[in-house]
Amino acid sequence: MALLEIVRAEKRFGAITAVREVSLVVEAGAFFALLGPSGCGKTTLLRLIAGFERLDGGHILIDGHDIGALPPYERPVNMMFQSYALFPHMNVAQNVAFGLRQQRMERRRIATRVEEMLALVQMSDCRRRRPHELSGGQRQRVALARALARMPKLLLLDEPLVALDRKLRDETRIELIGIQQRVGTTFLVVTHDQEEALSMASQIGVMNEGRLVQIGAPAEIYERPNSRFVAGFVGEVNLFEGIPTIGPAGPVLRVAGMPEPIPLPAAACAGRDRLALAVRPEKLALSRERPPGFALAATVTAIGYLGGLSAIRLAAAGRELKARMPSALAAGLVRGSPVWASWAHDDAIVIAD
Amino acid sequence: MTGIGGFARRVVIGLPFAWLVLFFLLPLLIVLKIGLARSTIGIPPYTPLVGPNGIAATLENFARLGHDTLYLRAYLGSLRYAVVATLCCLVLGYPIAYAIARAPLPRRQILLFAVMLPFWTSFLIRVYAWIAILKPNGFLNNLLLALGLIHAPLPLLNNSFSVELGLVYSYLPFMILPLYSTLSAQDQSLVEAAADLGAPPWRSFLAVTLPLSLPGIAAGSLLVLIPAVGEFVIPTLLGGPDTLMIGKVLWDEFFANHDWPTAAAVAVVLVAALAVPLLFAQKLLDREVPP
Repeated sequence: MALLEIVRAEKRFGAITAVREVSLVVEAGAFFALLGPSGCGKTTLLRLIAGFERLDGGHILIDGHDIGALPPYERPVNMMFQSYALFPHMNVAQNVAFGLRQQRMERRRIATRVEEMLALVQMSDCRRRRPHELSGGQRQRVALARALARMPKLLLLDEPLVALDRKLRDETRIELIGIQQRVGTTFLVVTHDQEEALSMASQIGVMNEGRLVQIGAPAEIYERPNSRFVAGFVGEVNLFEGIPTIGPAGPVLRVAGMPEPIPLPAAACAGRDRLALAVRPEKLALSRERPPGFALAATVTAIGYLGGLSAIRLAAAGRELKARMPSALAAGLVRGSPVWASWAHDDAIVIAD
Repeated sequence: MTGIGGFARRVVIGLPFAWLVLFFLLPLLIVLKIGLARSTIGIPPYTPLVGPNGIAATLENFARLGHDTLYLRAYLGSLRYAVVATLCCLVLGYPIAYAIARAPLPRRQILLFAVMLPFWTSFLIRVYAWIAILKPNGFLNNLLLALGLIHAPLPLLNNSFSVELGLVYSYLPFMILPLYSTLSAQDQSLVEAAADLGAPPWRSFLAVTLPLSLPGIAAGSLLVLIPAVGEFVIPTLLGGPDTLMIGKVLWDEFFANHDWPTAAAVAVVLVAALAVPLLFAQKLLDREVPP
């Protein structure tokens, strides 16, 4: 049985529908990420699951039980807040013990569990400190320990990495995955950072304007986006919009401003009058000589050196293209270099929305 | 502090400091000086500090305070009235401040305005209004008689009840406003976190909201207790022969007995005595966690 099941959830704030007919299923032990831009409804959905907002329609089930009518303090769900929300008048140990005291657990068991949790997040030495004496990263660990102390069936994390600096973010990301696997709790993370979602989650749900637009494993979301929105939001993309027709060598896409039509992979366009083709920047190959097959004449407009990789912008057929490749391959390129841009037939993603 | 910045800082701190010295410390020292003098006929009705035989100071006025139980009873009475008034203001004011802090913004402003509205009328007039309400043939008694709930007028005026009522009525806004300030500044996500961790509303109130509002409670209590102890108008207008408060005693010594030195001694002891709860409350306020 699925751990979390959301059935056609709906939430309105006045005239605005924040969550629109959202249905999803999360299996026990999964690391699920709700990904979307600001205002897409992901935080509202999180708050609906936690119990801070009431559903206007639909159901939320945990282990088969409908929890929609339960207040937050009766749900087997705990949340790690974006601002951590540590109690400032209690020290670290008291913060972590708070949820256990609400359960009326006996003193000694509370002390043991608190020690376990602090060890899990590596904050054992700070048990007497107050929140204002901790750094941001430390506060987050305490917030995590506090949320896990009650062994909830589902842990909700609201933008867990957003307040951390880059280096800390990478480390924390790995730690979170490690903790999740050790403890076995189902995690549901809300984030607007697609890199976070792709690297941490076993399943991603992409949201936009209140709707869930695609669910799948990270690779599937990235390699087979089902809409222009997902293609553009998750990772960078080169998008070609056009009219599919049948050419002499097979189906092609006629794109305005392009000298020749782009060959389409296989039988992609039956009965459609508009189609979009998405090509990821790392799939774009640049060469000095014109390669066989389809290629675009382009000029390099910018080179962004990122260390191991380089991000290259090109101007071709009146549009901007983005390419990404190991810096060694981009070695000879400068602004204004003329190149030929091409990609493997099957690396292009057909988007039919 | 060095350099131009240091000079500017000294000026900025120096100005209010000088103001405080001039208008608070100096008058207090003058009162102390009068307390050390002897009562006499004349203008002013006390002996000068520096006389023909050098410095003439006496502690007899302070000694008299210890001998005559009137003063002690008046001090303790004032303290009792003030503490009861502070507790009543706290019990009444906390729910009001809490409700205002949780109200949506437009309503909140109206409610705050309503709390402060009484200050637009004269304090004295409002206290007189209570006389009209509480007297034997006043508004309240006539209403209860007309409704048949009582058969003879209740003694609502010139006793402890009316004094406490007057104190609570007058000082309630001073409790509500600091409490509101602290409560409205509280991070609501803390209450949500408490609920998420299993605390029903009453438990999250006791465990999170209340402890974090302690600075507001301390500030409000101070703002009520300190002035209430020295309150004079309310026991004079609403009180009776049994409602002995130190403010009235002081007034009587000064104006009725023309005994400035004794009155001055009463005032000095009052200020010294109030320093104790002030320091205690300061400790509570300092315990407030930095944001």
